[in-house]
Amino acid sequence: MGEHVNRWPARLHVVTGKGGTGKTSVAAALALGLATGGRRTLLVEVEGRQGIAQLFDKAPLPYQELRIATVAGGGEVRALAVDAEEALLEYLDMFYHLGAAGRALRKVGAIDFATTIAPGLRDVLLTGKVKESTTRSHEGRRVYDAVVLDAPPTGRIGRFLNVTAETARLAKMGPIKTQSEGVASLLRSPITAVHVVTLLEEMPVQETLDAIAELDALRIPVGRIIVNATRPALLTGGKVTKADLRRGLAAAGLPADPAAVSGLAAEAKAYLTRHELEESLRADLAEVGRPTIELPLLPQGVDRAGLDELAARLMSA
Amino acid sequence: MAELTAERLDVDGLLADPGIRIVVCCGAGGVGKTTTAAALGLRAAEVHGRRTVVLTIDPARRLAQSMGLSELDNTPRQVKGIDAANGGELHAMMLDMKRTFDEVVQQHTTPQRAAEIFANPFYQAMSSTFAGTQEYMAMEKLGQLRATDEWDLIVVDTPPSRSALDFLDAPARLSRFLDGRMLRMLLAPARSGGRSMFSLVTASFGLFSRAVQKILGAQLLTDLSGFVAALDSMFGGFRQRADDTYRILQDPQTAFLVVAAPERDAVREAAYFAERLVTDRMPLAGLVLNRMHRSELATLSAEHSEKAADRLAAAGDQQVTVDALRIHAALMRQTEREVRVAATFTDAFPAVPAAAVAAQPADVHDVDGLRTIGALLAA
Repeated sequence: MGEHVNRWPARLHVVTGKGGTGKTSVAAALALGLATGGRRTLLVEVEGRQGIAQLFDKAPLPYQELRIATVAGGGEVRALAVDAEEALLEYLDMFYHLGAAGRALRKVGAIDFATTIAPGLRDVLLTGKVKESTTRSHEGRRVYDAVVLDAPPTGRIGRFLNVTAETARLAKMGPIKTQSEGVASLLRSPITAVHVVTLLEEMPVQETLDAIAELDALRIPVGRIIVNATRPALLTGGKVTKADLRRGLAAAGLPADPAAVSGLAAEAKAYLTRHELEESLRADLAEVGRPTIELPLLPQGVDRAGLDELAARLMSA
Repeated sequence: MAELTAERLDVDGLLADPGIRIVVCCGAGGVGKTTTAAALGLRAAEVHGRRTVVLTIDPARRLAQSMGLSELDNTPRQVKGIDAANGGELHAMMLDMKRTFDEVVQQHTTPQRAAEIFANPFYQAMSSTFAGTQEYMAMEKLGQLRATDEWDLIVVDTPPSRSALDFLDAPARLSRFLDGRMLRMLLAPARSGGRSMFSLVTASFGLFSRAVQKILGAQLLTDLSGFVAALDSMFGGFRQRADDTYRILQDPQTAFLVVAAPERDAVREAAYFAERLVTDRMPLAGLVLNRMHRSELATLSAEHSEKAADRLAAAGDQQVTVDALRIHAALMRQTEREVRVAATFTDAFPAVPAAAVAAQPADVHDVDGLRTIGALLAA
């Protein structure tokens, strides 16, 4: 029952990828998969996009951990949409007892100001929240068996996770400093794994390779490469002739006139060209030498059934 | 494409129109905006003989190299290898956000104050990481290019923001911040000594300011207050510039194209953008749908194709045709889905003409590729 968990040993799974690669869907599928066997996982987003709510067809999520899915076997997935301003207010309340004052100041834009002039501050508050939920215990047990972060895209992931550099310009002492050191340490431990989602397209693959190099340089553990939206390999013989198609169409009882044969041949040729590019991109990815999983394209779009299919695939890989 | 319900966008008509001086390509990131902008610029120069400049934001490495965009001097350079038979020229540049910020500062203050600002560690480290800086600087550079009146046509790529609306909103937010009363309220300089102190406007503010000081640290705040003091000499210049460029966008000489791909998120962003343009009375000339698929055998339905493939597979010996029929079925379903997704925009904006561009086997890396895309856009 617990074997799938052994394949995903980290407790904090950071899911990144170029925009458009299906990062949010993959993060959600991972959260569902890791909740099987009666476990509880937390799916977190930090960019205010409300991607999780849209994916699960729910109203925009407040800044609160709420259950969004149950899984066969009694497991559950909770979701948290972290808002940097709310996180700063929470912080000011916790460390400076500025609860009511903080909320009043929010109205005049003072909170927005503080997070604007110091982008590093935003990021350390967001990652701090993620750390807190990963390490939180209640009555001696971890509240969450795993936390899955739908993280910023590959173009920003290095900067986002490199908290100590980001906060180097901020206060040299105090809770923020301590927080950033704690986050930096968690992110560089075996508790964390950063998984990179990609498509078999040139720019996503390039960004995948760049992100992995960047994370390696930061000594942040890279988990798996997750190749999304793959299609089953067809025409593995590699060659298509019009004669073959004419024969085949006739055998199938379909029109086999020149237009039909040419049309089908053109589509097959385009497929082969595409497939060749995909194979070469697979080779590029393989050179990095990371464990890689392929997930199938879901032609009907991503609904709960689709997510469950992806979850099962992830857990069995 | 025949399947789209929208009227066809006359791209050549748009590019040939001497009354159109600016074309802005907006939309979500990742839909081929840069390629579209560059392809339109190339076509305007080669086919319509216009003296064109393309302002790109974050072009892919190989495309940037082939267009000569590796020069980082923040000024347009002529693109080599284009067909000048119609008397046109193509120039291109990649936006350098930091340098553009420097240019704004230089134009609005004395050389001495500018030097102070440039030397300020807060300016150096933080100015380019503010949310909205890239959008603000893109608009600023557009304003500069238009003001020289050197270009017949300016084609603008927009930053890969989180939301397509950021291009319109972020500059105003940033200029409010830089010119703004919040900075002044929290960091009013002391009357003597030149060092800033916190202004205690209210008791809450005082507590907040002290907390902010503890969080952000004394060094950052000293640098920030030095920056604010030097900026003071710019007399609301940031907001003024942003307002001026916004007016250019509302001018009838400016055409907006919203770029999307047939995916839910991209089309949703395109729709938000189109609604906003209507509200702001900015001219939306059309929708460009990249990455569209098309079948070469539309008369054979997905279902028939799939069933035929199953029959043949059972019979056992026509593997090539079995696979070809399955490929066809998948393609037909994909095409139908794409038209449905596109319809969520075209139904909501029936008056907006559209151009569909077929998905290419590989990314566009060079001028030849751009020429192909330009021809597809105009088809």
